[in-house]
Amino acid sequence: MAAGVFTKGLCGLRHPWLVSAGYSCSGPFCATAVAVKTLPLQTASTDVTDRILNLPLQMPDFFRLSELFSLKDLFDARVHLGHKKGCRHRLMEPYLFGSRLDQDIIDLDQTVEHLQSALNFTAHIAYRGGVILFVSRRRQFGQLVEITAQDCGEYAHTRYWQGGLLTNAPIQYGSGVRLPDLIVFLSTLNNVFQQHVGVRDAAKMNIPTVGLVDSNCNPSLVTYPVPGNDDTPAAMELYCRLFKMTINRAKDKRRQMELLQGLSAAGLTPGS
Amino acid sequence: MNRLSGEEWQGGHYLSVPLSSHTHTNAHLQRHTRTHTHTHTHTFTLSRVVPSVAALMTWLHSAAFTRRLARSIAYLFPSGLFDNKAKPLMKHPDEVFPKQRAVQWGADGRPFHFLFYTGKQSYYSLMHDTFTKALAVEKHQDRLRGKGLFTQDAKQISLVGSRWLLKEELEELLVETISDHDYARFIQLMERLLSLPYCSAEEDFVQRYRRQLEIQSSKQQVQPLQYDQHGVAYSTGDGRRKTATGTVLLRDSGSGSISINGTNYVHYFPVLQDREQLMFPLHFMGVLGRFDMQCSVSGGGHSSQAGALRLAISRAMLSFLSEGQVETMRQAGLLTPDPRIKERKKPGQEGARRKFTWKKR
Repeated sequence: MAAGVFTKGLCGLRHPWLVSAGYSCSGPFCATAVAVKTLPLQTASTDVTDRILNLPLQMPDFFRLSELFSLKDLFDARVHLGHKKGCRHRLMEPYLFGSRLDQDIIDLDQTVEHLQSALNFTAHIAYRGGVILFVSRRRQFGQLVEITAQDCGEYAHTRYWQGGLLTNAPIQYGSGVRLPDLIVFLSTLNNVFQQHVGVRDAAKMNIPTVGLVDSNCNPSLVTYPVPGNDDTPAAMELYCRLFKMTINRAKDKRRQMELLQGLSAAGLTPGS
Repeated sequence: MNRLSGEEWQGGHYLSVPLSSHTHTNAHLQRHTRTHTHTHTHTFTLSRVVPSVAALMTWLHSAAFTRRLARSIAYLFPSGLFDNKAKPLMKHPDEVFPKQRAVQWGADGRPFHFLFYTGKQSYYSLMHDTFTKALAVEKHQDRLRGKGLFTQDAKQISLVGSRWLLKEELEELLVETISDHDYARFIQLMERLLSLPYCSAEEDFVQRYRRQLEIQSSKQQVQPLQYDQHGVAYSTGDGRRKTATGTVLLRDSGSGSISINGTNYVHYFPVLQDREQLMFPLHFMGVLGRFDMQCSVSGGGHSSQAGALRLAISRAMLSFLSEGQVETMRQAGLLTPDPRIKERKKPGQEGARRKFTWKKR
C-alpha cells in the first residue's frame, strides 16, 4: 500500500520533500526508485517519461533560478522592510535581522535562501504540469496577480474566498474537479489582518503552499515560507515577475525535454 | 351507397366515414335523402344545361365538381383537427431548457478559465476586464496630460434613453448566479469607468451592458390635417371604451350632420345621454355646427359606444386646434381614455362584490 502511494507520489505532485531531496535518494523513498528501476516490463515510452521526470531531480538548480535575482535586487525593491514592532508575530522573529526605529528589518540572507527553494519548488511543479493557484487578498495588487497568472497560464484567486472551495470542492465545482497542486500566497493575510482561510484549507487538503510572510504573518502552516515585504508595489512587482519567469522557464524546459527525448526515442538523433 | 374514403377524393384529406352503423341509419338516411334530393335537383338542372350523358360524365370528373364536393363534405363533416388554430403551440427549446454550463476542464483536469477556482469565473472575469479597461483609459489620460493635450470637454458616451442591465439579465448573460452585492459592485465599477473623461474609447463595451428604454412620450401625438380632392380639411380619430371601439372621420366646413354606421345619430342613439356624449367635445370648444362626422362603431353597449365615439371625436379634433386649446381639452378630461372595465367575479361570491346570502343558521 505504501509503495503504491509513493509510486503515485513520484509521478504526482503531493510530496514536496521528495522533489527537493530527490537527488539525495536516502531514507524510505529510495526503495521506490529502486523498485521502478528493477521493473521487468519497461517500454520505451515509460523509459522516456521516467527520464523526463527524473533528470531535473538529479541537479540542485536544474532551472538555474539563482541567476533570476540577487540580494541587491531584493534590497532595491524594499523587500527587507517589515512592519512596526507592535505588529510583529512571535514566529517571525527567527527571520528578522533586527529592528530600526521600531520598524522590523527582514534578514535578506535568509530571504534569498527561502525564495530560492520556493522558486525551485514552483519550477518543478510547473515542469510536471501541475496546477498553480496564486492567492492574494490585497486589493491594491489584485489586478497585478491576476495578470501574472494569466501570463503564465496558471490560475488566480484574488477575490472573496468562499468557505468550501478546497474542502468542499466536488459540491462547489462539480464532481471530478482537480484541485491545485500548489498554492502561492502573495499575501497570507486577508483584509481584516487575519490569516487567509486558504492557508489552513491547503494544509487540510495536503496541498503544498509557497507563502510570502511579512513580519505580522504566521509562517507555521506554510510549506515554503518566504519572509519579505508584501506591502510595497515595487516588492510585489518583483515577486510577480520572478514567479512568472520561473513558471515560463519550467514549462519551456519541459517542452524542450519532451522534444529532445522524443527525438532520441524515435532514434532520429545519433546521441540518445 | 358510396363509402366516402379519404383517398378517393382528389382534393380531400377527410377521414373515412363509416356508414354501415345500424344505429345511425335514420340520421344517415335523412342526410342521404337530403344529398340525394340535392343531387337529383342538381342533375335535373344539369340535364337542362348539359343535354348529353357524356357531358354529364365530364362534369362529374371536373375539378369544379371536386371542389364543390370537398366544400360540401367540409360543411357536413366538419373537423377541427387540421385547423391552423388547433395546432399545438410549442416554445423554442432555448426558452424551455435553461442554458447550462459545459464541463469546465480538459482531459488532463486543468480548468480552461484562469479564474475557475474563484467559483464565479464569468462574473470575476467581467470585473477584471472592466477594471483593465478603466486602467487603460486612465493611462491614456495620463499620457495626454503629459503631452499637454488633456481637455475636460472630450466626447462623452450618451446614456440617455438606456438603463443598466438588470440582475436577472446579467445572470442570464453570464450563465451563473450572482448575489445582489456582486451586482451592486459591478454597477459601481461601470459607473467609475463612465466617470473618466476619456471613457468614450470603451463605448462599445459599456453599451453591451445597457438596454434601451421604451420611449413613452406624455404629449399627445397630433396628426397633421389632411385635405381631400375638393380642398376640404378632414381628420380621423379612434377611441375605445370598455369593449366598444369607434372611428370618426371629421370633415371641416360642414353643417353638423352625424352619421353612425350609415344611420343618423338620432336613430342610432335614441337616448339623450348618448347624444350629449357625442356633442360634448364640440360644444366644449364651441364648434358645434362646423364639422360633419362619419362614425363607425362596434362592440359594447350603447353607453360604451357613445363614450368610445366621444374619445374618437376629441382625438380627431386635435388636428384642427391650437396648442392652448389642446391643453384645455386635456384638462377637461376629453383626451383621457376611460380605464374602467367590468370587474371580475370572484370565487366564493356571487358577483364581483355581491356576497352570497348570509344565513344565521
